[in-house]
Amino acid sequence: MAKVVAATGNEAVADALRQVNPDVSSAYPITPATDIMQRFTSFVSNGKVKTEMILVESEHSAMSGCIGASAAGGRVMTATSSQGLALMWEELFIASGTRLPIVMALVNRALSAPLNIHGDHSDGMGARDCGWIQLWSENGQEAYDNTIQAFRIAEHMDIRLPAMVCLDGFIISHSIERIEYLDDAAVKNFVREFRQLYPLLDMEHPVSYGPLILPDYYMEFRRAQAEVMTKVPKVVLDVAKDFEKISGRKYGLFETYRLDDAEVALVILNSAAGTSKDVIDSFREKGIKAGLLKPRLYRPFPYEEVGNALKNLKAVCVLDRADAFGGSYGPMFADIAASLYPYRERPLLINKIYGLGGRDYMPSHAELVLNELVEIAKTGKAKTLKEYIGVRE
Amino acid sequence: MKLKGWKEVTPGAVVTEGGSALKFKTGSWRAFRPRWIEENCIQCLFCWIYCPDMAVKVKDGKMTEFDYDYCKGCGICALECPGKKGNKAIIMEEEGK
Repeated sequence: MAKVVAATGNEAVADALRQVNPDVSSAYPITPATDIMQRFTSFVSNGKVKTEMILVESEHSAMSGCIGASAAGGRVMTATSSQGLALMWEELFIASGTRLPIVMALVNRALSAPLNIHGDHSDGMGARDCGWIQLWSENGQEAYDNTIQAFRIAEHMDIRLPAMVCLDGFIISHSIERIEYLDDAAVKNFVREFRQLYPLLDMEHPVSYGPLILPDYYMEFRRAQAEVMTKVPKVVLDVAKDFEKISGRKYGLFETYRLDDAEVALVILNSAAGTSKDVIDSFREKGIKAGLLKPRLYRPFPYEEVGNALKNLKAVCVLDRADAFGGSYGPMFADIAASLYPYRERPLLINKIYGLGGRDYMPSHAELVLNELVEIAKTGKAKTLKEYIGVRE
Repeated sequence: MKLKGWKEVTPGAVVTEGGSALKFKTGSWRAFRPRWIEENCIQCLFCWIYCPDMAVKVKDGKMTEFDYDYCKGCGICALECPGKKGNKAIIMEEEGK
């Protein structure tokens, strides 16, 4: 029987990891992800899981430990945030290039400098092209559900890629919500037994990891890796279908909210999508056809499906909780623009940067943006393509 | 050897065959070449143990020669060689001299 609890996002992720009971975890504490591993190490100490816990001296070592353990043949997980993810940078590519299905909770936090511990997406967006699968989560429930599904997706025999589950630092990680937990047995049954493709510890079949691949072969390995990415969306949908059977909760590649007949829409990730939905409702009550699209599978990005869902709108605003300095637009804007590029008829797009370093995203911000979109839809002209909102002049 | 296409390569570049280093001759990387001076050799086989590749050829428990197809000239054998009475049995010489 499922259990309804009042729990923080971190607590829910830690409980999901307890239920999955990975073989190995290698981790280093960093705010706001610390709490996940703090809770998980208590599970280890109290014998609630059989996980071999490796406490290391840095995130560089944490991910290195995960890589070694995963290659050895274990089911492996870790958690981090912000600077921790930045310090893992080279290992992130090694994990994906070596096709190791490590699962990581990324509690999104702003990058330094200036030093800040609060939620924004600059960490996850900075690592979006490192070959990992990225699932983004609006709330504690989605973080819990995505964590469990991430193991099945990453470990699928057609995929074998690492996956990170993103949730907003503090806003979700440290806020208590109503969350439905699945039974321990149901999760265990759902994630199944893990089998590594080429375990280093299989003495009967010796293998070598990490060879030098020179110009005569490097491109073939990269091409093969690109191909695997194209297979991810189908697996994500298949796993979501199975997950719905045990949870009753539906997941797709992205969520649409009142989008079908909409003329204007917001595209927004994670917790701020929740805030925006209320505002969408109030606009709908006023007779304005407003909708929302919230990406879930961000890497690989489902360009075709997203483009198809947005192509008939009149005006769309992509709200980025991270900026891409010198890249003109926020990172998600570039992806949404690319999704719509193949269509001759497409909505006018604008980009707003919001909520950096944990700055509150208020319903009034969503109202402001939606009003601007209504004006753009009417006139066919956008005044400013990109701007910061919720910032003092 | 016919080069494989991208659909044929092993996931994650894992090498699934033991001892495949035999197929890759790396002697052309060498800038320094080890020279064996037999009269100073006490047959301790440190060179054979320490060689990271398979450049030391041993027959009947004795060092016989270097296999320069696999020697990258790292110099570990020369460093580890105890020699005889202070005289090294392996010295490194610059290639092409």
